[in-house]
Amino acid sequence: MLTRDQARDIFDRIRKLSSADEVEVLFSGGKFALTRFANNTIHQNVAEENHTVSVRTVFGGRTARASTNRFDDDSLRRVVASSESLAKLQHPDPDLLPMPDSQEAEGTGASLVSTRPSPSRYFEQTAAITPQLRAEGVKKIVDVARRHKLTTAGIVSRAESVEGIFNSRGLSAWHTQTLAEISITMLATDSSGWQKANSPDVANLDPLVLAEAAAKKAIESANPQEIPAGKYTVILEPAAVLDIVGFMFWDYSGMAILDQRSFLTGRIGTQLFGENITIWDDVTHPLQTGSPFDGEGVRRQRLPLVENGVVKRVVYARATAERMKRSEHKDKVGPIAATGHGFALPNEMGEMACNIVFATPQNPQTVAAMIASTERGVLVTRLWYIREVDPFEKILTGMTRDGTFLVENGRVRGGVRNFRFNQSLIHMLSNVEAMSVPQRSCGEESFDMVAPAMKVCDFSFTEATKF
Amino acid sequence: MQQIANWALNVATMRGASYADARIVSQRSRALTTKNGRVGSASDSESMGMSVRVLADGAWGFAASEDLSRPGVEASAARAVEIARASAQVKQQDVRLALEKGVTAEWTTPHAIDPFSIPVERNIALLLNVDSELRAVAGVTLAETNLNFNREEQWFVSSEGSDIHQTKYSAGAGYTAYVFAGNELQKRSYPNSYGGQWQNKGYELIEELKLIENARRIAEEAVALHHAEQCPEGVFDIILDSSQLGLQIHESIGHPIELDRVLGMEANFAGTSFLTLDKLRTLRYGSEMVNVVADARQEHGPGLGTFGFDDEGVPGQCTPIITNGLFTGYLSSRETAHTIGESRSGGTLRAEGWNRLPMIRMTNISLLPGEKPLTLEQLIASTDHGILMQTNRSWSIDDKRYNFQFGCEIGWEIKSGKRARMVKNPSYSGITTEFWSSLDAICSRDEWILWGTPNCGKGQPQQVMGTGHGAAPSRFRGIKVGSAYKGS
Repeated sequence: MLTRDQARDIFDRIRKLSSADEVEVLFSGGKFALTRFANNTIHQNVAEENHTVSVRTVFGGRTARASTNRFDDDSLRRVVASSESLAKLQHPDPDLLPMPDSQEAEGTGASLVSTRPSPSRYFEQTAAITPQLRAEGVKKIVDVARRHKLTTAGIVSRAESVEGIFNSRGLSAWHTQTLAEISITMLATDSSGWQKANSPDVANLDPLVLAEAAAKKAIESANPQEIPAGKYTVILEPAAVLDIVGFMFWDYSGMAILDQRSFLTGRIGTQLFGENITIWDDVTHPLQTGSPFDGEGVRRQRLPLVENGVVKRVVYARATAERMKRSEHKDKVGPIAATGHGFALPNEMGEMACNIVFATPQNPQTVAAMIASTERGVLVTRLWYIREVDPFEKILTGMTRDGTFLVENGRVRGGVRNFRFNQSLIHMLSNVEAMSVPQRSCGEESFDMVAPAMKVCDFSFTEATKF
Repeated sequence: MQQIANWALNVATMRGASYADARIVSQRSRALTTKNGRVGSASDSESMGMSVRVLADGAWGFAASEDLSRPGVEASAARAVEIARASAQVKQQDVRLALEKGVTAEWTTPHAIDPFSIPVERNIALLLNVDSELRAVAGVTLAETNLNFNREEQWFVSSEGSDIHQTKYSAGAGYTAYVFAGNELQKRSYPNSYGGQWQNKGYELIEELKLIENARRIAEEAVALHHAEQCPEGVFDIILDSSQLGLQIHESIGHPIELDRVLGMEANFAGTSFLTLDKLRTLRYGSEMVNVVADARQEHGPGLGTFGFDDEGVPGQCTPIITNGLFTGYLSSRETAHTIGESRSGGTLRAEGWNRLPMIRMTNISLLPGEKPLTLEQLIASTDHGILMQTNRSWSIDDKRYNFQFGCEIGWEIKSGKRARMVKNPSYSGITTEFWSSLDAICSRDEWILWGTPNCGKGQPQQVMGTGHGAAPSRFRGIKVGSAYKGS
């Protein structure tokens, strides 16, 4: 894998090739391997090594980017020339700031926010996972499926990645990380169950525990009955929570407010959700992953996005923060400062809150306790194919999948046919009756986060499907 | 390049692979966007590398690397064999490949103008002109435009003697006008939403799209939506414009006919399919008027699913998918063809790039146009009461591809054969086979457009692929409208 010293050498070569006022080079890539299984058989098994160097040049307020995965002299010369020629064709951008130096990127200026060091996210034992070890993990999962007379499909993967940035003002930042992941679907004749988990440290993953949990769901949801669509109390497991709430975090962005495409426009500082909802953006949380700096190398800050249901603030790239300070919105958006959430420049989206951590509720409940207190409701394992129906009311549609159960009189009564929902996120987060202790969660519809299970009343299922 | 690929094949076969292929791919792309009068992003990217796919001990292995040196290539090949042997520890039966003759071939996307030959300043000027037209309409709060060009050159060499050199070009362009007012955000896009129109063509596509000519109308419609009534809820006859119908085909026909989904290979992520093998040539998928093909040949048109050969060296073909309403074909590969009694692959295996495993992907999945002359205006004139819906805004379907719900940017209530009024937030939902069985009119060839969907996701690790969908505006009877806003 590319080392920081090798990257610095490439950066030095690029600087010598460029005549730009400023030069910034991003590095990304690593080694990735994934074993995929279905029908109790490994059917796909892949490994990849790739690194990309991405060069941004600046000439008098004009900037552009070019990328390549070839590091020989000719390729670097070509990528620099491409970046420079694209940059020179731009109109000067009055909002473009000088690249940050190390001091600014570390947030040592007058910061409105707090920082703490990120824990190490590179584990040798994860990097050392071989195809043989992945196959052994799959075999354990298949054995569980066979024991329960089920069919299984899923993945076992490992990744070793780097993210780095160097610029001509002396900034340099480097992040390495490993990630092991297991995702399992267990299939019965007319039902299915699912579990997924990942961690930088493979020691935190147990394929047997995940396989047994997925198998239990498949078995217990067999012979699903059809119950009518309507408003139900739902118990959303953490994966289902992150699947749906992930769709709102693009809007916690200064640029989205400036563009008037955020559902938070005019709503910051208001009681938008229930008082039991508090959400942080915190890359340093021990259960989080990812690099501690953004696309310009600025350190990611720890921020309260929502406190007791009141939206407190949004995140900012450097330039967005400066624009916001001059805008008509400046007095209605809470604190304005670069927070270390910017995308690599140039881009049109600005920034995004992507290190989401839900605060632990005052009286956390387990999923079992939520079920026990429910007279009639639906237990949801995961959600699928979620899309935005209404961007301002934040109405989302999607389906339940792989383990949807009827709950009656405090007990799970068996599987039900999957539902389509059309649900406002604002209403949903105003109707949360109980939450579990947040845990590291992953799904397929949104990015990983530290999220709780939730019990929500009046959740709107509008149709049922055929299975 | 052939020599580099042969280094890989030699090592793979020496280490015991019964089959091996190598793909060396060089990709180049350019992406330009504007937002509210400024360039939003301007970027060029290049990527090159090689992958080796092998069968050893009856199981698959795959390794990819950016390193094209001889030691690097040989290490990749050895890794692929090692991975295949690990795969073989958890298998039920050996992989069987349908026979395919090795070929030596050259193929290039027909194109009039190399898009990378057009000066960037001309591209940016075009986008800023469009932007200016959009924002000239009072009320527009956000204008976004995009231009995208791609070139992919691939050398495919297999242990069965294939040596195929293929170069594909694609282009895409579009824009959106947003209007935020009160507590509502409305938008209109042209020629389609989520990136516009995409085809396997050169710069000539951009010239054909008439981007500037349509900008003011689109912006005016976005503003007018704020004064339109909410689309009524109930059961209506609906007419879908060709772009929305293209996405309907993609989701409710294209995905369920992927044979890997049907066989359970995608069960953990993309899902399975209601089209179990017993339904081939027995299921009535739609009304008698429904004729759908999967056609990768150039004669079908310059779709994102058009190519000379797929990524395991099988020529592009046309497969009848639905014939007079009867389900007649799947999308298949060399590995899966035998499961439907076919001796040859349907030629649909494609990979996102050099570092991804080829998998079954839609080619151009198209609803053939009506044979009798019928324009959209004539179709509207023959509709007593219904809703015309245009341009997709949201899309969702379950993991077996039964229940779907689509929202569109704009609707028009039709009364007595005329567009009576504009309606906002139109949506419709249904069950796939019931929906296609309700089709009773398809406009003819003059209204047929081969749309490009550049963002189809599938697989683990996920791959994004371009697919093509030809469609003419069509009418569906008795469809559920408006559930999206019903209960929230």
